[in-house]
Amino acid sequence: MIGYYPGCTLKTKARNLEDSALASLAALGVEVEELPRWNCCGAVFSLADDDLIHHVAPVRDLIRAKDAGHSTLVTLCSMCYNTLARANRLMRDDEEKRATLNLFMEEETDYFGEVEVVHLLDYLDSVVGWEAVRAAVTTPLGGLRVAPYYGCTLLRPGEVAIEPPVSPVLFSRFLEAIGAEVVSFPEATSCCGSYQILANEATALEACATIIEGATARGAEALALSCPLCEYNLGRRQGDAVARRSGLGRLPTFYFTQLLAVALGQPPDVLGLDRNEASSSALLRERGFVTEAPAPA
Amino acid sequence: MTLSVSSRTVRGPLIRKVREISGQDPNLCFQCGLCAGSCPMTTEMEIFTRRVMHLLQLGLVDEVMSQRMATLCASCHTCQVRCPRGIDIPRVVEALRLLTLRAGENFLAPESVERDRLREMPQVAMVAGLRKLTG
Repeated sequence: MIGYYPGCTLKTKARNLEDSALASLAALGVEVEELPRWNCCGAVFSLADDDLIHHVAPVRDLIRAKDAGHSTLVTLCSMCYNTLARANRLMRDDEEKRATLNLFMEEETDYFGEVEVVHLLDYLDSVVGWEAVRAAVTTPLGGLRVAPYYGCTLLRPGEVAIEPPVSPVLFSRFLEAIGAEVVSFPEATSCCGSYQILANEATALEACATIIEGATARGAEALALSCPLCEYNLGRRQGDAVARRSGLGRLPTFYFTQLLAVALGQPPDVLGLDRNEASSSALLRERGFVTEAPAPA
Repeated sequence: MTLSVSSRTVRGPLIRKVREISGQDPNLCFQCGLCAGSCPMTTEMEIFTRRVMHLLQLGLVDEVMSQRMATLCASCHTCQVRCPRGIDIPRVVEALRLLTLRAGENFLAPESVERDRLREMPQVAMVAGLRKLTG
């Protein structure tokens, strides 16, 4: 059984990411166990050489995974993946910082980077396999033109990228496996503005408008995402973003796990489409991929 | 903009601090501008990353910190992935941010975020934003 780290957002604002992923994994016969204790990973990795204290939170999570006997820790949120994978690499490769951090967390098990941190997309590719996913699909998303949006944290920096960051293909393979039509677009790896939505909203929304415009121009009917912060900027705040470009319309957004759950025939209550913008669930109903209206929140 | 450069600025304590915190050498930069051309956050930037690196080579940290470049960075790492000189530019920018934050000045006043926004915003946005933009 593999370990599972949810992270803060998946228990509240992004329940639709967690519920759809866990139901899909069960349908694919993958058993996961949520860490018995976990804390916020810190969301961003500290980039300062003299700031070790911010590595304590993610390392503590990795120690919990090791103590629970897991050699693999799967994450769904791209930002958690990035922060945990980088902290793991630091503990594996930087002898001096590892010694200091282990000493600081004296009461905990010493940690040497033994656990492998894996994002679900990578897990589907390298362990489950696209053939197995394809075989489990009961509702292929035929004719649905979806643009895969990677964002930043699955691909950068290179040392924790789930695949080479220049020409990524995993997200396309995923969409092909569930029967969707892949719409490639140059902004697939551009930044949505991330946390700058708090402090420099106009700049972040401008970045989002460029992404939505790029996908729309190439004929996408929907964006597939894996990050709750991308989903907030590109989904919930989409109205403010598209208002920055004349003639730019709405583009439904989904977590990739929601599309997976739909393709695997999972019930509406695990899809959590009520948390997406109305145009998103309407698109799936209109195409007959889901039949019921989303349950109220 | 008139720049005043001397051996004191080039080897001054602030640029030494930037090098120490970031572990990076801005002098490696040969001014190709790929970083600035790749940056998704330039909408409101007065000076771009290439110029920041040049000013740092001259030791003019105060000049850089008087601009908003570091406060607008989203740590997307596109510049780092593309830099042909292998400079981890986001680490340089983090050092610049920290010089301000450690002096007790924040880039974001948490109370300025609208209540309705806070209610709908994912935790990951708030944690990341407060970590990067407040001390």
